[in-house]
Amino acid sequence: MSEATAAGPGQPEPEVSTSDALRVEHVAKAFGGVTALRDVNLRLGRGEVLGLIGDNGAGKSTLIKTICGFHQPDSGRLFVEGEEVVLRSVDHARSIGIDCVYQDLALINELSVFHNMFLNREKVRWPLLNNRAMRKLARQHLDSMGLNIPDVNAEVAKLSGGQRQAIAVARSVYSDARILLLDEPLAAMGAKEGTQILDLIRDLKAGGKVSVIIIAHNYAQALDVCDRVNVLQHGRITFDKRRADTSVEELTELMVAEYRAGRAASRAAGGPAA
Amino acid sequence: MSETIEVTQRPAPEEQPGPATGSRRALGVLSDAFLRRREASILLVAIGLMIYFQLSKSNFLSKSNLINLGQATGPVAIVAVGIVLLLVAGEIDLSVGMVFALAPFLMHYAVDFYSVPVIPAILLSLLISAGIGFINGFIVVKLRVPSFVTTLGTFTALQGIVLLTSHAYPAQIPAAAEGKIRTWLGAGNWAELSWCLVIVAVFHIVLTRTRWGLHTVAVGGNLLGATEAGIKVSRIKIGNFMITSTLGAFAGIMEAFRVHTIDPNLGGGTQIPFTAISAAVIGGTALAGGSGTMIGALLGMFVLAELQNGFNLIGFNANAIYLITGIAILVSMIANQYLSRLRRAGRT
Repeated sequence: MSEATAAGPGQPEPEVSTSDALRVEHVAKAFGGVTALRDVNLRLGRGEVLGLIGDNGAGKSTLIKTICGFHQPDSGRLFVEGEEVVLRSVDHARSIGIDCVYQDLALINELSVFHNMFLNREKVRWPLLNNRAMRKLARQHLDSMGLNIPDVNAEVAKLSGGQRQAIAVARSVYSDARILLLDEPLAAMGAKEGTQILDLIRDLKAGGKVSVIIIAHNYAQALDVCDRVNVLQHGRITFDKRRADTSVEELTELMVAEYRAGRAASRAAGGPAA
Repeated sequence: MSETIEVTQRPAPEEQPGPATGSRRALGVLSDAFLRRREASILLVAIGLMIYFQLSKSNFLSKSNLINLGQATGPVAIVAVGIVLLLVAGEIDLSVGMVFALAPFLMHYAVDFYSVPVIPAILLSLLISAGIGFINGFIVVKLRVPSFVTTLGTFTALQGIVLLTSHAYPAQIPAAAEGKIRTWLGAGNWAELSWCLVIVAVFHIVLTRTRWGLHTVAVGGNLLGATEAGIKVSRIKIGNFMITSTLGAFAGIMEAFRVHTIDPNLGGGTQIPFTAISAAVIGGTALAGGSGTMIGALLGMFVLAELQNGFNLIGFNANAIYLITGIAILVSMIANQYLSRLRRAGRT
């Protein structure tokens, strides 16, 4: 099936394996006239942490939102643990075990930590919310993950960026996600908070139950926890190497090469660099 | 000193640093409670007005005047319950003012033209009103028209329907509704207030203790975040429009029973939604969405009723009530802004 398809130049064909947690084959997505994803092929091994990097507008967020059921692809297929899935909604993806921590965190500032952790999967003693159970479970869960959230009753608005990120991650892990998508988990975070988040991802990896895709704009720090790195450019995966076989320098070179080429071309044409 | 800090964590800005006397400490706890509970300050205003009016006119707290206050508070506070839900969800509904006037007519048409028994006719009227709420919600959510404009449109359209079908004449309460039904559903001395208290209590629990309330806050607080969490945003918003419309209809029917006529001008058109929004805002509900309180709205409405009634009693120019109400809204909005900044800055 997929082996028969000719891959474009510089487009690594994913190795096919039933042990892959997630496989994305030839996924395309356009919004009106704008093509966000051209032809994306990607695989995520079981228990693997995959770094997905790319420039602004490369299609990272669209890809993530497609994998987590927020967008439906125009064409292409998704496989979870070897079985094809057609994701109808975020809820549906979540029921399969795919969960996403969004860049904007999807936290509700006005609600408490524990309400946020259980948002849309609240414990209910009909017709009322079972706040006591949620409070207790949230506390247990945060403690078991070693996260420093002093008060689960606190309004999320009052927490730091790192704490908010930790809650968002904890929320996904708690929901028994098998495939966790982290969109810019280190954005707007101090060095210490960033390290805490990376430690959290390491712990997840050590647990062995969760496979993770980290989308990172600023990849230097995130690279530490990745097993493998993919680069997304203009709606395609153009680069796929194991972490050990690449370096921050190589990736940086890759990211700026295009810009340099464009600049050189416009110089040659006599125009000012755009 | 250390105990004081333990209790209030950080002294509120209005407190002067000084020796930790008992009264100062009590003040700290009190001011803390005010910052935490948005209803506390409006409760204080309600009690203050009550004392002021009672001292200046001793019949303010007489039984007959308390009945007046209850009747002035009840119907609009019921509408305000719906308005709070919508404001929390980040929407608004002006058309509820015209649903208020239309609903008694719908009941009257069903009973007198189609021989429907009274109770089913009332239920039918509530059902149609819920349908109007659905149309509002559908236009807002699916066709993406801002709710202010949408409900301005439906308000005017409903006004047209009321005037066309009634030929702009009042109608009589259906004979079959006279007696028990009319007494229990509005005309009894405490009927409107009792229903109002029950409805406020129920929706206070809905807003603070149920999934529906939690999701309403989530939708109004962070629409995108709520969507990404998989909350069915459309269902929440449309549902709250339907609740608001149904409550408006119920309040309108009760008011018609009480004033003993079915009038096309019942509630004074925009008066109802504007007063309900004022009550909600005075009670501490944010127009920006994401936060609000039912009890605050009830107290807000009670304060507005107290002002109107009290000024009438002491012979104050009745027209001044608008000026007073306007100032009350502005002051409470400014106080809300200030207090929420304090809340955010002061505590962790």
